Parts: sequence; structure tokens; C-alpha cells
Amino acid sequence: MNLSWTQEQQMMRKMVQDFARTEISPFIEKMEKGEFPREILTKMGELGLMGIPIPEKYGGVEMDFPSYIIAIHELSKISATVGVILSVHTSVGTNPILYYGNEAQKQKYVPKLASGEYLGAFCLTEPSAGSDAGSLKSRAVVDSDHYVINGSKVFITNGGEADIYIVFASVDSKGISAFIVEKNTPGLIIGKDEQKMGLHGSRTVQLTFEDMRIPKGNLLGEEGQGLKIALGNLDVGRIGIAAQALGIAEAAYEAAVDYAKERVQFGKPIAHQQGVGFKLADMATNIEAAKLLVYRAAELRSLGLPCGKEASMAKLFASKTAMGVTTEAIQIFGGYGYTEDYPVERYFRDAKVTEIYEGTSEIQRIVISKQL
Amino acid sequence: MNFKLSEEHEMIRKMVRDFAKNEVAPTAGERDEEERFDREIFDKMAELGLTGIPWPEEYGGIGSDYLAYCITVEELSRVCASTGVTLSAHTSLAGWPIYKFGSEEQKQKFLRPMALGEKIGAYGLTEPGSGSDAGGMKTTARRDGDSYILNGSKIFITNGGIADIYVVFAVTDTTQKHNGTSAFIVEANTPGFSVGKKEKKLGIRSSPTTEIIFEDCRVPAENMLGQEGEGFKIAMMTLDGGRNGIAAQAVGIAQGALDAATDYAKERVQFGKPIALQQGIGFKLADMATSIEAARLLTYQAAWLESEGLPYGKESAMSKLFAGDTAMKVTTEAVQVFGGYGYTKDYPVERYMRDAKITQIYEGTQEIQRLVISRMITK
Repeated sequence: MNLSWTQEQQMMRKMVQDFARTEISPFIEKMEKGEFPREILTKMGELGLMGIPIPEKYGGVEMDFPSYIIAIHELSKISATVGVILSVHTSVGTNPILYYGNEAQKQKYVPKLASGEYLGAFCLTEPSAGSDAGSLKSRAVVDSDHYVINGSKVFITNGGEADIYIVFASVDSKGISAFIVEKNTPGLIIGKDEQKMGLHGSRTVQLTFEDMRIPKGNLLGEEGQGLKIALGNLDVGRIGIAAQALGIAEAAYEAAVDYAKERVQFGKPIAHQQGVGFKLADMATNIEAAKLLVYRAAELRSLGLPCGKEASMAKLFASKTAMGVTTEAIQIFGGYGYTEDYPVERYFRDAKVTEIYEGTSEIQRIVISKQL
Repeated sequence: MNFKLSEEHEMIRKMVRDFAKNEVAPTAGERDEEERFDREIFDKMAELGLTGIPWPEEYGGIGSDYLAYCITVEELSRVCASTGVTLSAHTSLAGWPIYKFGSEEQKQKFLRPMALGEKIGAYGLTEPGSGSDAGGMKTTARRDGDSYILNGSKIFITNGGIADIYVVFAVTDTTQKHNGTSAFIVEANTPGFSVGKKEKKLGIRSSPTTEIIFEDCRVPAENMLGQEGEGFKIAMMTLDGGRNGIAAQAVGIAQGALDAATDYAKERVQFGKPIALQQGIGFKLADMATSIEAARLLTYQAAWLESEGLPYGKESAMSKLFAGDTAMKVTTEAVQVFGGYGYTKDYPVERYMRDAKITQIYEGTQEIQRLVISRMITK
């Protein structure tokens, strides 16, 4: 066992912390009003942050998987919105092509995704297929050298901003298949922007496919391989979301500790009241446990070992921790925590979705229990 | 022991439920989005006699009891927590202290128009440096002839800016701590009184929360409520009952969220069956429903004790503690049951979750409730 960070990983953490503080913090207010952080993503691309685990051969900086998780963790501490945009872009927007694409597809798309020139999105969920992804209804029909896709998707992160959409649709008699869809493809209709409780600067849209024609060469993997591709990449995606949740929890906890040490009532800082001190102790303990679960899953992944159970455990626990910690963090701030003058109410609103997307906590429990 | 509600109570519940459904629910989401208080809703509540439920008819009320009032706050909060707290602060925090400690003149002059809903009441205790430590307040009231001159400010005042009547607390004797404060009734149009910053909040956004400021504000001596030095006692006794109103609000929020989640779980089909039939969801709903039942019973118990003239401080604190925690937990799980849809503003559950949080904080944080309870049980 070795619980110390490599030099590279320490450098990544510091670099991202500095970047987040100087480049992202000033933009928080605008993101809260719904503005998509396009400029921030451009700067991230310049720093190599949009292709952290991608091989150099395909335009990435080929750092280890834990370094990528560190980046999501530290970005999310300042902005869970930026954290999720990156996580979706890399884990489920780029990786499917990297792992299942043919050489031509990899050469065509991965370098641009890795550099940040292109933004990726992942389109699985439909109105009647959420947890039950396998029951999706979008259809892809062969028409000479094209597929024609009809259907709709919902809750697509980066939708409307992405250049590449990984789309899942059923090919009759073959089953669910994955397709690479470029933006502006005729028949790809960007629909409604969801108004969400949190993650305000992250665009979440509905998509409709109306006789959308894509070249046969854009089939990703084999026909019928789609669900395997989707669920296989969700493993990785879950570790990213777990890191996002961890970042949110840490940000809330640190704000609460600082406040509790400053705020004097009844003649002493409230941190010295057992009611508050014990609360902080519980928060800190859960965050430590979450951190270890997240980085343990990341390590297994980077070693190429099976990590499905560990990834689910990390996501389940870290998201639960984020929800619990942010709820208590507002509590520690008292009335002030309930106002928009302090960041804790934003952390609370952002935390909730980490228990829902990329597999609800209930689905995580199913994944875990099946492996016990 | 009889757990059945009287006919009168059932009638009030039905009346308020219908009113809430028809007049309050349709605009709850947009009022939250716009942070907009709607005076018309309050006026309609007045027409139905809801703005003075526990007060005798001689003071403009309908002469009902605290249980009827709790049921009313609960049913309003089921569709709109903001409307619930508007009524709760008006009745429990502003009306009650005048009813209990006011002179006959004060009751006729101030309680009566509030009970009739002609005027809205508010309560000003909290200051930037004194939240849980209410005794540390710094607003002063200096005697000057037949007036008191108030200087200072209060924050987080529910109904701030829309109220006509404010029950406020100030230090009249700086040499003492708890026995040096007094209560005053301040009318909004008093020179030297102004409304400051309006808070932008996570939830209960259509209930205005503001700062109020006193700058050499001259208040007639006959507006002192109770005796000089009785202020802290009045403040704390008011909160004893007020927190039961918040418990009712929390029960309402939780019930509204549970109803929505249950309906959705019965409709939403995944893996070939309604998700309500998955143990993971069904068990969750069962726990939510159980907690709400317990919270409601605790809340009604405290209200009944108060109506019977029996001590209710411990039970009231317990009801607020339990119901607030229940509301927070139930609403968080309700969003979960709705999945991705629950996270959007198309569905009301995310609003309920945002609204629930404040019930753990105001009118005495959960930590203060625990202090109150533990002191009483370890006496």
C-alpha cells in the first residue's frame, strides 16, 4: 500500500487549484445566472486539461487516471459546473471513441476532443428510459451507406454546446448501437434547456433526432455493442462524478469550518460548542472516507483492474456525503447560509444531482449488491 | 386518549386545502422564481378568517384554537411553504405576544387589525451579532419623556417590508443582560424606522426577508409591550409557540413532497413495472410516510397542550426539531424518487427541498431546540 501522491499528481493538483482560483472563481456569478463557461474551457484546453488521460498519440497529455480524477476533484471544489462539463467531455464523450473506435474514427475525433477544440456529449437517457437504459426507443435504420436515426434524448449535459455527440439507438434485430454524431447534422435538433436546481452554468438539453442521417462510418464499435459501450464507460464516468461530489463536499466543509471558528455566540466561537464541533467532526470523517473510496477506484482503473464495484461504491458514498455535508454546512452558517451572499447554498443545490445522474444511488446499490 | 380530529378541525382542513389548491398552488412556482409576495393571497386568507384563527372574536379573530391554526399552516405549506410562513410569523410571532402581554388598548389597536388581516405583523429579534445568542442584542431603546428612542438594526425579518406592525426587542438597561431588554410595538410608518436589504434566499423566496433599521426612531411609551425588562422573556415565550407553527410548516412541506413522490412512483414505469414496486423505492416511501406521521402527531400534541393551557415548551421544541429534520430528509428523497426530472424546475419537488432547509434554522436552530429539550429533560 502506498498512500502518497506522485510528483506528477501533486503538480496536477496544484496547477488545477491555481487555475480554478484565478480563472474560474471570478466567473461563478455569471455561471449561476446560466452562462456557459466557454472561455474557461478554452483556457483549460490550452493547459491540456481537456485530454488528461488521453494518449499523446491521440493528442492528449497521457497522464495517469488518478491525475484526471484529481483535476475533476479540484475544479469541482470551486465550480461543480466546470467539474461536470469536464467529466462528461472526457469520461463519456471522448473515451467511448478511444476504446471502441476504429483507427480512422480515433484519428478524426480524439485529437480535437483532447485539445478541447471539440467538446463531447453522451446521449443515452430518454424520457421513458432513465435507470432502465436498455428500454430506450431511439431507432437507427440502415439506408444505403447511412443510418437514419429517429428518437429523442433528455438531460444531455453539454448538449447544444458540444461538437460531438455519442448517441445510442437501436438497430432492428441487432440491438442498441452507438453512433458518433457531429453537431449541425441535419435532423439533429437541440431542444429545450432544462432549468435546474443547481449546476446552473452547465447546459442540459433535450435532443430530437428527425430522420437524422449519419454516415455508416460513424457507427462506433459493432451493431448491438451499444449497451456494453454505454455501461462500460459509465464505470469511469462514475469515478469522475464521485470526484465532483468530493470536491463539492470539501468546499462546503472548509467554508463551514472557517465560519465556525470566526462566528462568536455565547462568548465563544461556535466551533467550540459540541453541537457544532461534533457535526464538523462527522463531516470531516465522511469526507476522508469518500476521498479514499474515490482514489482507490481511480487507482484500480489506472492499473487496468476491474473496478465496477469500487466505482459504484465511490459514487454512492461520495454523493451521499456531498448531500449530507452541504446540508449541514448551511446549518452551521445559520441564517446567513440560507442567503445567496454565501456559497454554501450553491454547494447544497449542486450536490443533489450527484446522487442522481450517471446512475442513481439506487442503481449503484443494485450494481454493488449484484457483486457481493 | 382520542386521536380523532373534531368536525370543526376537519372542516378547517378541508376549507384551507381547497383554498390552497385553487388560490395558492397555481402561482407557487412562479412566485418562487420571481421572489414575489402576493398580497392578494393574504387578503383572501383574511376573508376566510385565517389571519386570526386563535384570537377571540372580540379581537377580530374567529375564536378557534392552536390546533386549527397548525392545520391551516400545514395545509398552506403543502402547496407553498412561503405562504405558510407568512401566516405563521404573522400569527405566532407578532399576534401571540400582543395577545398574551398586550394591554386592552394595544390588543384593540394592533391585534384586531392583524386578526382581521387588514394589517400584517412581523417580529424583530435577530441581529448580525445575535442569532442563537439572542440575549446579545445591541439595539437600544432610551427613554425620553413619553417615548422611547430606538437605535439599531435587525436582520432576517420574515414579512419585512410588507408588515405594518413589528414586535421588536431592544435593550433598555445596558447594565443587565437578559433582564435589560424590553419589547415594543413599532408601526411601519414611524419616522426613523426603515426597511433595509431584502435577502435573496435559497427557498421560501416569495416570503420577503429583510433588514429593519431604527435611526432615532421615536416610539410612544404606550407601545411598550409588557413591562420594562420583560423583553427577553416575551421573546423566548413567543418562540416557544412560534416553533410549533414552523413544525406545522415542515409537516406540510414534507407531506406535499411525499404526495408528489408517491404519485410519480406509481406512474413511472421502468424495468417493466412502476418504480413504487421496487423495494428500493417502496421502502424509501414507507420511511418517509412514517416519519411524517410521527412529526404530525408531535406537532398536533404541542398545539393541543397549548390550547389546553398546559405546559408545551418541551413538546413544541421536539415538534420543530423532528418535523424540520423530517422535512429536510423527505424532500431530499422526494427529488431522488423523481430522478432527473426532480432536479428540474418543471416539477415542484426541488422547490420543496429548498424550502425545507430553513425549517431547520429559523425560530431556533435544531441545535437550540436540542439545548432547550436537553435542559428540560435533565432538570
